[in-house]
Amino acid sequence: MEVQLIKIEKRNDVSRSIYFLTPVLAIFLTLFGGGIIFYILGFNPIEALKFFFITPISDLYGLSELLVKATPLCLIAIGLSFCFKSNNWNIGAEGQLIFGGIVGGGVALLFYNHDGFYVLPIIILSGAIGGMLFAMIPAILKTYFNTNEILVSLMLVYVAKLLLDYLVVGPWSNPEGFNFPETRQFSESARMPILFGGLRIHAGIFITLITVFLSWLILYKTYLGFQIKVSGLSLKTAKYAGYKGKTMIIIVFMISGACAGLAGVGEITGPIGQLHRNISPDYGFTAIIVAFLGRLNPVGIIFASLIVALTYLGAETAQIFLQVPKYTGQVFQGMILFFLLGSDYLLFFKIKFLGLKKNEL
Amino acid sequence: MSFDLNFIGILIGAIMASSVPLILAASGELIAERSGVLNLGVEGMMIIGAISGFALMVVTDNLFFAVLGSMLSGLILSLIFGLLTQSLLTNHVATGLALTIFGIGMSAMIGKNFVGIPGKEFPLLFLNLKESIPFLGPIFFGHSIILYFAFVLPFLTNYVLKKTKTGLIIRAVGDSPTSASNQGINVTLVRYSCILYGGAMCGLAGAYLSLIYTPQWIENMTGGRGWIALALVVFATWSPIKVLIGALIFGGITILQLHMQAVGLRIPVQLLSALPYIMTIIVLVVISRDSRKIKLNTPTSLGQIFYKEK
Repeated sequence: MEVQLIKIEKRNDVSRSIYFLTPVLAIFLTLFGGGIIFYILGFNPIEALKFFFITPISDLYGLSELLVKATPLCLIAIGLSFCFKSNNWNIGAEGQLIFGGIVGGGVALLFYNHDGFYVLPIIILSGAIGGMLFAMIPAILKTYFNTNEILVSLMLVYVAKLLLDYLVVGPWSNPEGFNFPETRQFSESARMPILFGGLRIHAGIFITLITVFLSWLILYKTYLGFQIKVSGLSLKTAKYAGYKGKTMIIIVFMISGACAGLAGVGEITGPIGQLHRNISPDYGFTAIIVAFLGRLNPVGIIFASLIVALTYLGAETAQIFLQVPKYTGQVFQGMILFFLLGSDYLLFFKIKFLGLKKNEL
Repeated sequence: MSFDLNFIGILIGAIMASSVPLILAASGELIAERSGVLNLGVEGMMIIGAISGFALMVVTDNLFFAVLGSMLSGLILSLIFGLLTQSLLTNHVATGLALTIFGIGMSAMIGKNFVGIPGKEFPLLFLNLKESIPFLGPIFFGHSIILYFAFVLPFLTNYVLKKTKTGLIIRAVGDSPTSASNQGINVTLVRYSCILYGGAMCGLAGAYLSLIYTPQWIENMTGGRGWIALALVVFATWSPIKVLIGALIFGGITILQLHMQAVGLRIPVQLLSALPYIMTIIVLVVISRDSRKIKLNTPTSLGQIFYKEK
């Protein structure tokens, strides 16, 4: 007789505690997987993981760097959560970030040697508008031409990167810069205020926190948020209820693009202070992972952004101490998403360990 | 005049060469999509194929192992995708993205020690015929075996999909997994096979880049070709022959912009480099505008999770 030891059953309702616990499980599994990779590469896995996840944040400077990296990640992920919640796959946040940076940077160069409290707000606003307009391209093509938004938003990332390259090499390059591919350093009035002397953490973090609060308000307290959630759960219901699907698609893309643009402008006026070729270490792509890890929930995304920011720092530290390439961070980020998606299985299915009863043997 | 004609022949040969990775990856992805699976990990599988092929070539000094290894590595990566989407029923889009991020990171990690090593010469067939026949010579001869394979593949794929039982099963699973399952077809198994096949083809596409097209390892060397291959499948409305045509058009744009750069036209290099991406968007818009036409050909269950109560 065949004895079944494990039985898999479909859950009728999704358990809320497991819903927020699986991300934690995913993180542990990622650490385990990372340990195995380090072991294969010939390192002591415990030591290597310590260099990766503990050393970078064991001093004040490290903690500040963590927040510097989490600031754009959280901001972009919050924006993406609007898109993902309503089943719109904007995966070109990187392009929207860069375009926001370009527009904001252009305005900053326009106000070069200009003093005044109004300079920075204008730059920030123009960056947000830039990202927003760039995100409207895939949204409009999706709504009016039925074009796949995944592919269009992604193609636009390459276009934005090449546009930035053209600008910093050509018309916007620093006239006294010996032909380096970079613009002038922005003037002081165009820079984000630094919060503590000696550290790089800047006022951009407040923009992120305000955005988190506003998005919580929109998602959970307004009719728009309700519409977004319903369309994500069932497009048919949304149509039946008479929601204006097209307008909503464009709105979520605009929100998402504006957030990415803000992140871009925060980077160039914050830690970078000018435009050059690499204004973002793929924050726009990594933020997709942050959004999922945070369960598309504003508070969840704050925690997720800190964890994913740590993979950036860890990769930098590991590069110095273990001579592994900085791309190790990306491997960890990919693994987190794999494990997170995989462990979602626990959400929808119950695994029962039946065990062997004596009388069955 | 004969010189010009020969030059055009060489140009066409170059266009064919640059379309090979697109044909291979898109043909593989097409099969997966026809079975109802949307794998956005093409770029990741391609780049892993590129580094594995190159690394194996350096280590074993054997091109056969290198090509085989690249296909195997693409297949292994797609197996992760299969496990997640088919066995653990994860979202196809998110899993595919994770695969690409993971693949790019992993390839850079493996490739660290292979940067700057020169590639090995890959044997080209019928070189003497290429030289001796003007115009037609450079078009038809002097290519690698992989190029010839790539140009046969769409016809082969078309035949299998339309004329064989295997093709019928794949299409049935993609269009109506529930009915296929009721007919006794193991939907999960069919989808697994299609995913793995797609992975192997993406790996091969990567190997073509690192072993033949650019013969060396450069970080991120696929440069979005995986995404263009994905766009090609939509462009071709899931028809293998149209994939071939689309790939040649994109190969043409790539070669054209390279030549325009070389001639030194007063157009910024970056604008020319952006041309393939901008063209992809324009082509997608033109193709997708007619939603009925797209819906007619799209595998009905594309990207949807299939779960059978046991």
